[in-house]
Amino acid sequence: MGIVRIRSDFQQARWNEPIIYELSNPGVRGIIPPEVEPGIQALVGDVAGKLPDSIRRKKAPVLPEVSQKCVLAHWLRLSQETMGSNIGNDISEGTCTMKYNPRVNETIVAEPEFAELHPDQDIDTVQGILEIYYKFEQFLKEVSGMDKFTFQPGGGNHAVYTAASVVRKYWEDRGELDKRNEVITTIFSHPCDAATPATAGFKIITLYPDEKGIPDLEALKAAVSEHTAAIFMTNPEDIGIYNYKVDEFVKVVHGVGGLCFYDQANANAFLGVARAKEAGFDFCHFNVHKTFGTPHGGEGPACGAFGVREEFAKYLPVPTVEFDGSKYYLDYDRPDSFGKVRDFYGVAGVILKAYAWTMNLGAEGLRACADASVINNNYMEKKVLAIRGITSAFQGNGITRQEQIRYSFENMKQDTGVGTDDVCRRIVDYGIPSYWMSHHPWVIPEPMTLEPCETYSKDDIDEYVEVLRQISKEAYENPELVKTAPHRSSSHRRIDEPSLDDPEKWAMTWRAYVKKHLSRK
Amino acid sequence: MGKISGHPYIPNSVPEIKAQMLQEIGIDSVEDIFKEIPDHLRFHGEMKLPEPILSEYALKRHVDGILAKNKACHQYTSFLGAGTWQHYVPAVCDTIASRDEFLTCYVGDAYSDHGKFQALFESASMIGELVDMDVVNTPTYDWANAIAISCRMAARINGRKEILVPKAMSPSRLAVVKNYCKPEIEVVQVAYDRNTGLLDLDDLKKKISSKTSAVYFENPTYLGTIEVQGGEISEIAHQNGAEVIVGVDPSSLGVLEAPAVYGADIVCGELQPFGMHMQWGGGLSGFIASRDEKKYVAEYPSLLFGLTPTAKEGEYGFGEVFYERTSYASREKGKDFIGTCTALYGITAGVYLALMGPQGMKELGEGIMQRVRYAIDRISKIEGVKIVFSGFNFKEFVVNFDGTGKSVREINQALKLLKIFGGKDISAEFPELGQSALYCITEVHNQEDIDKLVAGLAEVCLI
Repeated sequence: MGIVRIRSDFQQARWNEPIIYELSNPGVRGIIPPEVEPGIQALVGDVAGKLPDSIRRKKAPVLPEVSQKCVLAHWLRLSQETMGSNIGNDISEGTCTMKYNPRVNETIVAEPEFAELHPDQDIDTVQGILEIYYKFEQFLKEVSGMDKFTFQPGGGNHAVYTAASVVRKYWEDRGELDKRNEVITTIFSHPCDAATPATAGFKIITLYPDEKGIPDLEALKAAVSEHTAAIFMTNPEDIGIYNYKVDEFVKVVHGVGGLCFYDQANANAFLGVARAKEAGFDFCHFNVHKTFGTPHGGEGPACGAFGVREEFAKYLPVPTVEFDGSKYYLDYDRPDSFGKVRDFYGVAGVILKAYAWTMNLGAEGLRACADASVINNNYMEKKVLAIRGITSAFQGNGITRQEQIRYSFENMKQDTGVGTDDVCRRIVDYGIPSYWMSHHPWVIPEPMTLEPCETYSKDDIDEYVEVLRQISKEAYENPELVKTAPHRSSSHRRIDEPSLDDPEKWAMTWRAYVKKHLSRK
Repeated sequence: MGKISGHPYIPNSVPEIKAQMLQEIGIDSVEDIFKEIPDHLRFHGEMKLPEPILSEYALKRHVDGILAKNKACHQYTSFLGAGTWQHYVPAVCDTIASRDEFLTCYVGDAYSDHGKFQALFESASMIGELVDMDVVNTPTYDWANAIAISCRMAARINGRKEILVPKAMSPSRLAVVKNYCKPEIEVVQVAYDRNTGLLDLDDLKKKISSKTSAVYFENPTYLGTIEVQGGEISEIAHQNGAEVIVGVDPSSLGVLEAPAVYGADIVCGELQPFGMHMQWGGGLSGFIASRDEKKYVAEYPSLLFGLTPTAKEGEYGFGEVFYERTSYASREKGKDFIGTCTALYGITAGVYLALMGPQGMKELGEGIMQRVRYAIDRISKIEGVKIVFSGFNFKEFVVNFDGTGKSVREINQALKLLKIFGGKDISAEFPELGQSALYCITEVHNQEDIDKLVAGLAEVCLI
């Protein structure tokens, strides 16, 4: 085993980097666009200059005027003031499945045979990327048991919105949309399981857990009715507990004619272990950028792969990717489709990387990811719960956790005044990214959600645990040190959070900041 | 776990390590964890996936082999646009976009990801200057979604339930908007002038009413011409109490007026031209900008990053503005929904704009308009070929082939043999325009490319 050494002397880059506008000097340039040949110039003259006043730009946009080196250096410094999961010990971002994102896959998407493809090219010239789409779809069919997928949604929430759009179309087609106007979800399902059906026009009913942390089946039975359009539920839920009654939930909803969507954002524990099909669901989705090893991009570009059973395939967005035995093609001739959720065909680069990732692992490798992720998590749980001041959601309920756990600093907060906000800032001082606390509302007080997926070694986990132990010690011995953190990050603690909610003070652009804060001084 | 033992991506797949961890947990096997899944919910089959390609070299070779079946725009001369455009991607953009820090970070707060917050704040700042607005969101999935969100924002602002959009709009983007506006908001199309492709003001006046929540129009239009009536459209909309939403291809904004100047209340558009490779349409990233008033800011579903002080005097800190509005904070009571969108593209767009500066954006726009004018002049001289709309074009224009007796499909198939991707066939999207194609020319096209197209068209139209 490697040495477990916490990075107590860590110091994140702190460049005090000015805003790019502050580096600007008139006349300095970063790049020269291609010149127009004299032959063209002589023939057409100044075309833009002839635009009518109503549309000709009279005042040049105030963009920074900086050299190329300045641009490169500025953004390289900003990158150094950011902790990517490929650099940090990113067990932190629970529910986000921060896997290693292989560099080779980045070299693949940079190949011009992919990067320089236009989406409207003739189908004969895009057989390669269509093959990738088609084959990756076959992979996901195996992983989920569903019959048809679309990769058009640009993220997990977008896939869940796509599910809501399919549910709406289904009830519209049956002429029952007016009556079927309720979607049921659970409080530990991701907020999008409530927000996206609400956006699509449904009323939301939220189920709370029973005493063991499982969504309350009796509450579901009371909630379903002839108004139930569908249930949207995560499993395992964001607290890391597998809902072993999940098929009963499906039966209850199907019993009243409702549809069942399985949010598989937390699917990493179940690759080759359990599938949406066996649990009886009508649809499911995967966050390709989580479960299939592609980068998160600081919140995208991403892909939410949305899959359905055969009878719902006709509702999927257009186009679908098909294969006629010799040639791949795009099928727009789908009269029952609800339409589109994104222009063109989704974020193709994510699918290409995910294809390569899956081809590198195969069925055995995917299963190894599931195994390693749950073993890592249980190993970590035992150590974390031994730390003073930390408990977990529904601790001691007799249920073995799966791939992630929602912990709580409630005891530490009571003992020392140091809460999860403080610990989350302090952990950065040890070179570890801010962790994911919880979505709102915080049903679990002072939460921290950790997910040591298969990427993380035993040494990584041991390091993380040691850092938490160290911070706990600090909280009990020197709480101010934690409360005033971070001390070694690129940025210090915000001191005026209310200003971010104050229209007089908030500034989302430099020009607004100049107007509100600099010009007035 | 035969082959997978010691897999480079799974350090704990080494049997000895795994055994030690199981021992420390106090269990014999991973099945002691999966026991929580009832047997009838377990998957007892085997996933039928191909044998894994474990060597990185062989994997790359395998995938390259599939990609080699593509023919891309570096091998052909392409004149395709229509929502994804071929622009030059500066090397610095690729360098920054491939930094592991930006590429692999996610939702960390500004304490671990200060640089990401600052980068997106700066991108918003530069986009704000292009459109002349003080508020710009973090990026959306694409332009289509940015329009859709803008429409729903307008509907919440004034409580009205009808949106007017131009008939001369990308049908694909319109499909996204229509779906997103359901079930409450009705989307009504306003005709375009058959000579200019611009919004038909008479039809606008006919259709606008006290029910109209917003008038949405684009500049340049989907069919390529530059909408010169922005001020008049905005006036008509405002007189009727409607919001004005303008959609832009922002690569035009070095030469075209900022939409706020001619009356826009909300501006949206596509960032792909700013440093994103086309990637078969996967390079899209939308933005929304608005006035800095609470009634607008309160309706954004997106994350908004703001500059704020820290414990160290003079230091720039960043945080989330008005977070309570989002569905992350308020679930179904939040504004629509928010999730992982296209932040990395947003960062890259900022790098692009800083490289270009005001002079670069001006030269980009001027140069594109000159090349397009040159191409239009030459193509319009080919027998049987017509340029459909009069007026000013930015980087796209519609070419009609009815006079050649050939379909766009036939012409494009013939051009393909000359290693040319002809313009997008819009004969199905706009049947009233006959056999027409939407051509696109940018700064990547030199005179030789345009001459090659003209010669190619002359040749294939004659045959």
